[in-house]
Amino acid sequence: MHMADALLAPAVAATMYVASGTAAGVSIHQLKKEDDPQKLPVMAVTAAMVFAGQMINYTIPGTGSSGHMCGGMMLSALLGPHAGFLSMIVILAIQCLFFADGGLMALGANVWNMAFYGCFVGYYLIWRPMMRSKRFSANSASRRTGITLASVLGCVITLQMGAFSVVLETSLSGITELPFGAFCALMQPIHLAIGLVEGLITAAVLNYVYASRPELLRDVNLSAQEHAGKRSLKGVVVTLAVVALVVGGGLSLLASSNPDGLEWALFGNQEAGYAQNMGLDEEDFGVASAAADTAGSIQEKTSFLPDYAFKNSESAAGTTVSGIVGSVIVAAVAVLICILGGFFRKRKRETAVQ
Amino acid sequence: MNKMNQALRELSAMDTLAAQHSPIHGLNAAAKLICTAAYILIVVSFSKYDFGRLLPMVLWPVLLFQISGIPVRICFYKLRIVLPLVMAVGLFNPLFDRMPLLWIGTVPVSGGVISMLTLMMKGIFCLMASFLLIATTPIDSLAAALRKLHVPSMLVTLLLLTFRYVGVMTEELAIMTDAYHLRAPGQKGIHISAWGSFLGQLLLRSMDRAQELYSSMLLRGYHGHFHYAKWKPFGLIDALYLAASLTLMLLIRIFPVAQMLGALFI
Repeated sequence: MHMADALLAPAVAATMYVASGTAAGVSIHQLKKEDDPQKLPVMAVTAAMVFAGQMINYTIPGTGSSGHMCGGMMLSALLGPHAGFLSMIVILAIQCLFFADGGLMALGANVWNMAFYGCFVGYYLIWRPMMRSKRFSANSASRRTGITLASVLGCVITLQMGAFSVVLETSLSGITELPFGAFCALMQPIHLAIGLVEGLITAAVLNYVYASRPELLRDVNLSAQEHAGKRSLKGVVVTLAVVALVVGGGLSLLASSNPDGLEWALFGNQEAGYAQNMGLDEEDFGVASAAADTAGSIQEKTSFLPDYAFKNSESAAGTTVSGIVGSVIVAAVAVLICILGGFFRKRKRETAVQ
Repeated sequence: MNKMNQALRELSAMDTLAAQHSPIHGLNAAAKLICTAAYILIVVSFSKYDFGRLLPMVLWPVLLFQISGIPVRICFYKLRIVLPLVMAVGLFNPLFDRMPLLWIGTVPVSGGVISMLTLMMKGIFCLMASFLLIATTPIDSLAAALRKLHVPSMLVTLLLLTFRYVGVMTEELAIMTDAYHLRAPGQKGIHISAWGSFLGQLLLRSMDRAQELYSSMLLRGYHGHFHYAKWKPFGLIDALYLAASLTLMLLIRIFPVAQMLGALFI
């Protein structure tokens, strides 16, 4: 699910940086408030372990294939959502910098898709309510069921949200010609399977930790008073679902001037022969609102967003003969630089030997 | 060789590259970081049909590869991770976007093919840029640059500490995996009966190790702050490098350089 830089338009990437940066800021603030200096080394060592753990192949019984884990859910169950989120950021940054797994500019989006949902949604929406509910804390057997259920549910749901965000971000960037619906239909089922396996792996590890050192897990050893102060599950579900959808979807929608995939799904495209998909009228919908117009004009001025308004195909592809000849010249210049570089390095080496 | 040993080798290869000496290695890390970010931003800002205009952007990384003497082979080896993902998205473009945009002789080239090629090119260029950054900048200098750019110290310290331990943990897991496979020959991965205990044991040990790490940090005078690499001040050469790089990129972004060059000869 690591996105490369090429899959994002600058405006979408920047929006995702802002979103992830805000979550990181809140997390840092929260951790500073907790003021536990010992936490930092614990976070670092656990993050390093999860990083390495992602490379383990787990055999899936009955199939020839193997599964992996991603770790967002596990980190937040062990360290809490804020520390888990920061640890995931660091893991993703190292993967991006040293292993080319995910792009530097796409880091904001990757953090959002893989760390935000896994840590915050997974923790507040699933892990904490389930660990605090009486049903799953009666005895150790029910506790184990709770841990397994929370891990599987958490991984499946957060991975679905992550996969949907990938589709949304790519479509909003205008990268793929694949219609939004078809892209979703490709991504979601694959990640359902991945999430299920990941959930089972996470459940196995967390149950092992529960059996040997239960005090390491968050919200597992609570006193009766803490149980009494718990919030209602329904409230948490509704609030977080709304926040996640508004922040994840709404901001990106506003930030892009070309939501073609989404537009296709919402309004249909009669020119291209598509039926009215959801039958929405563009005039009465938010896309054509005054706010969107203002956003659009700001974007035009800042103009870093790729402009897809090339109707004149000749100039669009830079395809005149001179363009092709020029490209060949550029390639020749690049080769020349390489030859020159090699020549100078060789000479330097020879002088060094002498 | 298992996956973890492979990762360890890649890590040490990057470390070795970053420890070399060249005019690019000697530059201020913040200048390099800003240039890399600008390059990636400009590359992805080209329109999806702008293959011809995007191509000259190759000159910047090619120049840097040559000046720094970093072998391009290692960079292209990393493409195995980037390209399949980009391809998976781009491959559908030729199927959906069939309007011919360009004729080479009598052979039509559809918009989808051009946008797919542009997407691949963008993927390769961005990878080259971020690879060059890491291959010419040690992680300590990068961390110092991040601090100078006001990235919160908690995040930077965590990055450095985690990076130190990634090597240790990966090595430990490599040994564990090898040991497991020696005892379970012919088995592809970790059996379901060991799913929990395999990583769980390491996790418990890591938690203890973190306590020891903290104690040793305290003994060495840690009091909430970390000392990064010696900060190399931003000099004239760094300013020149930054200005020259940004000018080159902006020129290529604004003017159709390839077309203009071609027009000179036709």
